Amino acid sequence: MANASTEPTRRDFLYIATGAAATVGVGLAAWPFIDQMNPTSAVLAMASIEVDVAAIQPGQQVIFKWRGHPLFVRRRTPKEIAAARAVPPSDLPDGLARNANLSDSAPATDANRSIKPEWLVVVGVCTHLGCTPTVSTPQSPQGSYGGWLCHCHGSEYDTAGRIRKGPAPQNLAVPPYAFTGPTKIKIG
Amino acid sequence: MKTVWPLLAVLALAVPSSAEDLTQPLAPQTQAWSFNGITGTYDRGALQRGFQVYKEVCAACHSLNMVAFHDLAAPGGPGFTEAQAKVIAATYKIPAEPDDKGDIFDEKGNRLTRPGVLADHFPPPFANEQAARASNGGALPPDLSLIVKARQGGPDYVYSILTGFNQNPPHGFTIQNGKYYNPYFAGRNISMPPPLSQGSVSFSDGTPATVANEAKAVVTFLAWTSEPQLEARHRIGLQVLAFLVLVAGLLFLSYRKVWHGKPEDEGVVHDLPGSPTEKAPVGDPDTLSGG
Amino acid sequence: MAHQSSYVPKTGFTRWLDQRLPIIRLVNDSFVTYPTPRNLNFWYVFGGILTVMLVVQIVSGIVLSMHYVPNADLAFGSVEQRIMREVNYGWLLRYIHANGASMFFLAVYVHIFRGLYYGSYKAPREILWILGVFIYLLMMATAFFGYVLPWGQMSFWGATVITSLFSAIDQVIPNLGTAITHWLWGDFAVGDATLNRFFSLHYLLPFVIAGVVGLHIWALHVPGNNNPLGIDVKGPQDTVPFHPFYTVKDGFYMVLFFLVFLGFVFYAPNFFGNPDNYIQANPLVTPTDIVPEWYLLPFYAMLRAIPSKLIGVLVLVSSLLTLLAVPWLDTSKVRSCRFRPLMKQLFWIFVADCILLGYVGAQTADAAWHVGEAELPLVWLARLGTLYYFGFFWVLMPWIGKKEVTRPLPESIAQSVLAKGGH
Repeated sequence: MANASTEPTRRDFLYIATGAAATVGVGLAAWPFIDQMNPTSAVLAMASIEVDVAAIQPGQQVIFKWRGHPLFVRRRTPKEIAAARAVPPSDLPDGLARNANLSDSAPATDANRSIKPEWLVVVGVCTHLGCTPTVSTPQSPQGSYGGWLCHCHGSEYDTAGRIRKGPAPQNLAVPPYAFTGPTKIKIG
Repeated sequence: MKTVWPLLAVLALAVPSSAEDLTQPLAPQTQAWSFNGITGTYDRGALQRGFQVYKEVCAACHSLNMVAFHDLAAPGGPGFTEAQAKVIAATYKIPAEPDDKGDIFDEKGNRLTRPGVLADHFPPPFANEQAARASNGGALPPDLSLIVKARQGGPDYVYSILTGFNQNPPHGFTIQNGKYYNPYFAGRNISMPPPLSQGSVSFSDGTPATVANEAKAVVTFLAWTSEPQLEARHRIGLQVLAFLVLVAGLLFLSYRKVWHGKPEDEGVVHDLPGSPTEKAPVGDPDTLSGG
Repeated sequence: MAHQSSYVPKTGFTRWLDQRLPIIRLVNDSFVTYPTPRNLNFWYVFGGILTVMLVVQIVSGIVLSMHYVPNADLAFGSVEQRIMREVNYGWLLRYIHANGASMFFLAVYVHIFRGLYYGSYKAPREILWILGVFIYLLMMATAFFGYVLPWGQMSFWGATVITSLFSAIDQVIPNLGTAITHWLWGDFAVGDATLNRFFSLHYLLPFVIAGVVGLHIWALHVPGNNNPLGIDVKGPQDTVPFHPFYTVKDGFYMVLFFLVFLGFVFYAPNFFGNPDNYIQANPLVTPTDIVPEWYLLPFYAMLRAIPSKLIGVLVLVSSLLTLLAVPWLDTSKVRSCRFRPLMKQLFWIFVADCILLGYVGAQTADAAWHVGEAELPLVWLARLGTLYYFGFFWVLMPWIGKKEVTRPLPESIAQSVLAKGGH
């Protein structure tokens, strides 16, 4: 400051105003240069997809691509549903449903993990570090919970896609989706 | 040296000109466009009518490769709602992805298709350039995505071409076989048959479907496909330039203050070069910067 | 820097840093206390503007390259569809970059003509001038490569015409020129390989320019700025510290310059462009008129003025190399045209000549002016203009410098400033 002991003068004010205006201008001008890295309108237009799951057999999983990630659609057998229902949420490492269609505080009951119990729709991204878990089937079991096993760091998921063992902190995410027909699902 | 200036003046007055030539195109007719000027915006009604003209007339031969269905609902565009754009998209047949057996053709050899979705682009009328030429007497109908920016004269030129078919060729002018007379087109022989006529389309908003109205609407639509961000550009431009004027004003005052510092302000004398003063401005930058 | 450093580190850290990397001292001495002649006028603001424009072009170019695809099949779509329609503010970044190139050249031309007028190339600033010529040549190369990238019709055919200049060497050493063009293209014509390497070079050269700009500023700060009087600084009474006097002045004019620049970006973004470049490159169809960007037009006119291909290319090259010799072609002892009545006139004719050549370069090859009955083919105008361009540097400059009676120079900058008694 020119003379720190006195009040700012009119001249100081002018310089401060000029400097402030220039700084604001540079700050505003930076926005287009930052925003250009966000997803484009073409990417956003692909953010919502509609899939037909009629061909999926009970016990089978089909992987779709949604927003650049694998999307697991699993048609669960009554046995798998029963196994998932048998576990009280209080025993789970992550007690929250992680279902984008429900509130953030919904508990991780099996009912809260799907819209129709037969159809489990989860994002196939391990909540540890983003690998794609491998599906477990009676013919080729993966892990000891019948759901999925992530081979990167050994996270094990159950038949409701909930984390049971290993380093992953959260259950597999359930994306926003809705049934637009008996076997038609709109995701995103 | 003094003799050089009059010579230059004479040269400057001379105007380039060329002989009248029937193969030279006429200058496009100037139209008043709603999107001209620094506050110009697209006329929504014209955009929607123009889309209809494109869809029902132009799309038979011309592709619109760069435009996606979701663009129809984008801000600054024709103003369709997302639901309307979805319905429009679904009326188009898009070449389908390979089915479960890996086929892209059905048993009869027809290309499998699916209804369009918002992320799809307008499908081209012809599978490839050769097919397009084969159906159009050897001429290639250009893609229309950028047509207004890709022609000298812009919207006026496209409008003039569309409305320029009704004129009789001058005496002695030969129209080539399979071509049409259009005085606004280079060479005046154009391969495109007159695309618009009275009642080519029927506008649901009651606008009379005259050739002029149809052309005006479709050119507005094509101006938008060429420059879909025009409205944002005009709006942001005003804000940016107004802000810059403000900064320029502040900087000018600071500039004057720095160079014309008055003794009573800070007790420091800094004069504009040229001011009569005994004291030369020997600067202590800390004092001068004011901060 | 040439002047005594007045930087005194105030804190423990800055003292510590100053003994190890005196970077604050460098900035302080170069852009804060740097003694600058107190009589610099409007024409001296363009150096600062050019520095900022270089930054604008590099920053906008880097973000554009995040979306651009240097592939002959995809390049046009990556610009016209992805960048112009899909990327957030992509249209703004692209228009800034494209118009920025034109504004960059506009500023550099003012900067060069200012240097010519005030004799800023004369001793002891020859290296400063030569570095400036290198920057100009690098700018032309960068702009040329950049213009190819959108892969429109003008991109493609401009690249074809300019690279084909090298085939003129065939007339000296058979087949060598053709071999060079094939080497440049990586193909038998401009194609995918050409686009890829031009993109690489377009990304590289701006950083080379930035390096040479650093040398240019270094070479400026050793002898210090020239000034409109063209006389040396005699003492502290002739100068003011760069900050705040010239920071605020340069800043003010920079904002005015940006008003013009952004006026084009927002309201006439295609003013400097060519409609043909909105048509994707087609190796089978040449546009009727191939016109280079406006800033290359004078040289294009000189090229077309010469009927022989080889000599045309040689004239083009020597018109640029001539600039390197200017410090030694000017034999006058006086720098500034303010005190050189004859040179002043010749200078303005030279400016008009460059504009005339630019005008002719923009016309078709067979265009002509009609004065009454007489017809003046523009190619003859281009020949006259070319003659004056070379005559100005190689004949008039050395000759007038020795012969001219100059006006008396003022004692000092301070004295001249006082004598004028205000603006």
